[in-house]
Amino acid sequence: MEKMPAWADAVLVPLISLLLAAILSALVIIGIGEDPVAAVKLMVQGSLGSTYGWGYTLYYATNFMFTGLAVAVAFHARMFNIGGEGQAMLGGLGVAVVCLYMPWPHWSLALIFATLSSAVFGAAWAFLPAYLQAKRGSHIVITTIMFNFIAAALLNYLLVNVMRPKGSMDPATAKFPETTHLPTLHDILEPFGIAFSKAAPANVSLIVAIIACVAVYFLIWRTRLGYEIRAFGHSESGAKYAGISPVKITVVAMLISGGLAGMMAINNVMGEGERLIMNSTEGAGFIGIAVALMGRSHPFGVFLAAILFGFLYQGGAELALWTTIPRELIVVIQALVILFTGALDNMVRMPLEKLFLIFRKGDA
Amino acid sequence: MTVAPAIELKGISKAFGPVQANKDISIRVMPGTIHGIIGENGAGKSTLMSILYGFYKADKGQIFIGGMKTSIPDSQAAIAAGIGMVFQHFKLVENFTVLENIILGAEDGAMLRPSLAKARQSLTDLAKEYGLDVDPDAIVENLSVGHQQRVEILKALYRQADILILDEPTGVLTPAEADQLFRILNRLREEGKTIILITHKLREIMDTTDTVSVMRRGEMTATVKTSDTSPAGLAELMVGRKVLLQVDKVPATPKETVLEVEDLRVVDEKGVERLKGISLDVKAGEILGIAGVAGNGQSELLEVLGGITSGTGVIRVNGQDIDLTGKFSDGQSRRARGIAHVPEDRQREGLIMDYMAWENTAFGYHRDPAYQSGILMNNAAIRADTEEKMERFDVRPPNPRLTAKNFSGGNQQKIVLAREIERNPDLLLVGQPTRGVDIGAIEFIHQQIVALRDQGKAILLVSVELDEIFALSDRIAVMFDGQLMGFRDPAKTDEKELGLMMAGVVEEEAA
Repeated sequence: MEKMPAWADAVLVPLISLLLAAILSALVIIGIGEDPVAAVKLMVQGSLGSTYGWGYTLYYATNFMFTGLAVAVAFHARMFNIGGEGQAMLGGLGVAVVCLYMPWPHWSLALIFATLSSAVFGAAWAFLPAYLQAKRGSHIVITTIMFNFIAAALLNYLLVNVMRPKGSMDPATAKFPETTHLPTLHDILEPFGIAFSKAAPANVSLIVAIIACVAVYFLIWRTRLGYEIRAFGHSESGAKYAGISPVKITVVAMLISGGLAGMMAINNVMGEGERLIMNSTEGAGFIGIAVALMGRSHPFGVFLAAILFGFLYQGGAELALWTTIPRELIVVIQALVILFTGALDNMVRMPLEKLFLIFRKGDA
Repeated sequence: MTVAPAIELKGISKAFGPVQANKDISIRVMPGTIHGIIGENGAGKSTLMSILYGFYKADKGQIFIGGMKTSIPDSQAAIAAGIGMVFQHFKLVENFTVLENIILGAEDGAMLRPSLAKARQSLTDLAKEYGLDVDPDAIVENLSVGHQQRVEILKALYRQADILILDEPTGVLTPAEADQLFRILNRLREEGKTIILITHKLREIMDTTDTVSVMRRGEMTATVKTSDTSPAGLAELMVGRKVLLQVDKVPATPKETVLEVEDLRVVDEKGVERLKGISLDVKAGEILGIAGVAGNGQSELLEVLGGITSGTGVIRVNGQDIDLTGKFSDGQSRRARGIAHVPEDRQREGLIMDYMAWENTAFGYHRDPAYQSGILMNNAAIRADTEEKMERFDVRPPNPRLTAKNFSGGNQQKIVLAREIERNPDLLLVGQPTRGVDIGAIEFIHQQIVALRDQGKAILLVSVELDEIFALSDRIAVMFDGQLMGFRDPAKTDEKELGLMMAGVVEEEAA
């Protein structure tokens, strides 16, 4: 017997969690002597009140869609890929290699190959932890988090010693050539007569991210591989019984996960930075964990949660700019959202289930 | 003269969310009697006993011990009220001695020595009084299962229990060990102790109890004097309708050999040899039953045959060697060779409990071309196939979109059986086909297995229930400590002989 309808589980639980996080955040804001209502207004205004705001919100959301999907795919195979950050950094390397060292006649071709390259680099970075997990039982949480540090160090070395243009003082690559610059939402929407801020970084990668959401949906719920990944995630002993190789699924799921995380680089490196700099990922790999948790590892949920976190990111930046609320507080609010939607999930779910039971008894 | 009942429960009710585990239960158990509680899995027996032992709090109802109203908020209170419990899974510290286990939680002070000395004395007394012989200095993990159970009983008696509750005590015992247990229980009864025996085995109830209560779906359907009832009568009370306890089957007509196993060995992860050179064969149209106490290598045998673990030796199916260690040693390859496998543990292996029924119907056969359409899986086709199979195997409710964990044990098992049998395999491996399955479904499952045999298929059956082995098998092999102790014709052997073999004793085979 189902305890409560699926829609309540998928919609009501995260919404209530969010509300609780918001209430607690409001208390924190009151605590430091600011007005929470004004703060919310400012956040909404700054992130959704203009096409400029939307442009940033969607830009961040694009990052989070990729990293959220990455964590979600690994979750389905019951693996906790904390290495999205490092995999996205390597993805940036993949983008830089394609954009800098190959001539491209048009951005669309460059995008296709940069996407593939970033996915391959990200997947390659996830391969070793996956292999070690599958063959040696080294815990994926430990290895992927260590690989984040190695990725940062590797990028540091490459940017300082190998890829930095001669004479530059900046640990970054040269600017990518003009033909690899991606159209922004402004460029895309202009022909349709829709005015969109020119300065905002949201770009065509958003569409790639949405395509990735759809593709992951089909992968997980409609293909044989997705069936095997989910089966393995639910029960390893069951998977063995059915002749599904745990080694193969562990490695393949992590390759897909790493590839998705790597693909984030077409947004932040190719679309926004147009060169590879240090720390271009800005923690998006970690936010992906929260996005996947909140989105219940479902691509549509990830899509919505990514936009929510995009809003929090952009709104938070506005808050820090216009009020005395420090940027760190935004991290606190994000942490509260993660805490309530991820860790304290059952706190909301159990009373809600009871409530539904009472209603159902009333019906009978 | 009126004697107060040792235990009396009045109107006990307990609900877990929407599930009413116990509904208005009342029983009286007189002192110095053995009272059986029988019912199918999920009938609420264990919940009732957990309430009595203080693990759960009843929503409603009262408990009287020796005529006094008693509240039992926790197990300490239960012990203080003179209730002792012997769990199905023993709660012993394996690397402690018997003596240390017995005083655990009942030490007299900070220092152990006086407690140990006192316990040693009372242990000798108890052993004399009830015939409960156990070496007090033996390490528990070195004891046989039967002796470990005695330690559990001694633990309860040491805490001065007058009322002893035993939950499915014979599940892990050989028949001989079970007999000894019942002798001990009789002795305890003679000494005035009250015993509550929870079981789903009709025979144990008939043999040992004075009165018996039947539970069905959380309710106490009847309490009768054991001498006034019969196994068939009890079964009917348990299920709510008439049940065939015997499987109707015609003699087997074995044909060509389907499965041949020679010198099969399996070493587990810890380096322990679990199968020590098994050789057997199964012919088309026969059921070979493997009897044995749980944990003697039967699981390993099924797993290596089913392609879950690897081993060494020779396995031939229809005359062709099977890959035991290489690329084609997995479950997929086994299925391709016509081997279907109903695993012992449907919740851990046979089903993905969070998958819907239709997803489980494809489980293991999800690469079947009929289930694909291009690069995607043809979910509609799988659902249609599931609906048919559910219909044929009478799975209730017949809803392919219901999650596996929401089916009852019997219906879960039917989903697994439907999936494996409907593939029309040459060889069916079946482990514990009716474990945790209600009596009504047992009947159906046994019929399906026999029907498959009658179609000329080979069946290897592993079961720890001797009744089931006798009911289904055309030949019986007994397994002990990773070896086969011999083959027997079910018509020419009996429980006593098999019981000895299950304990590792082989008498000379009658020529």
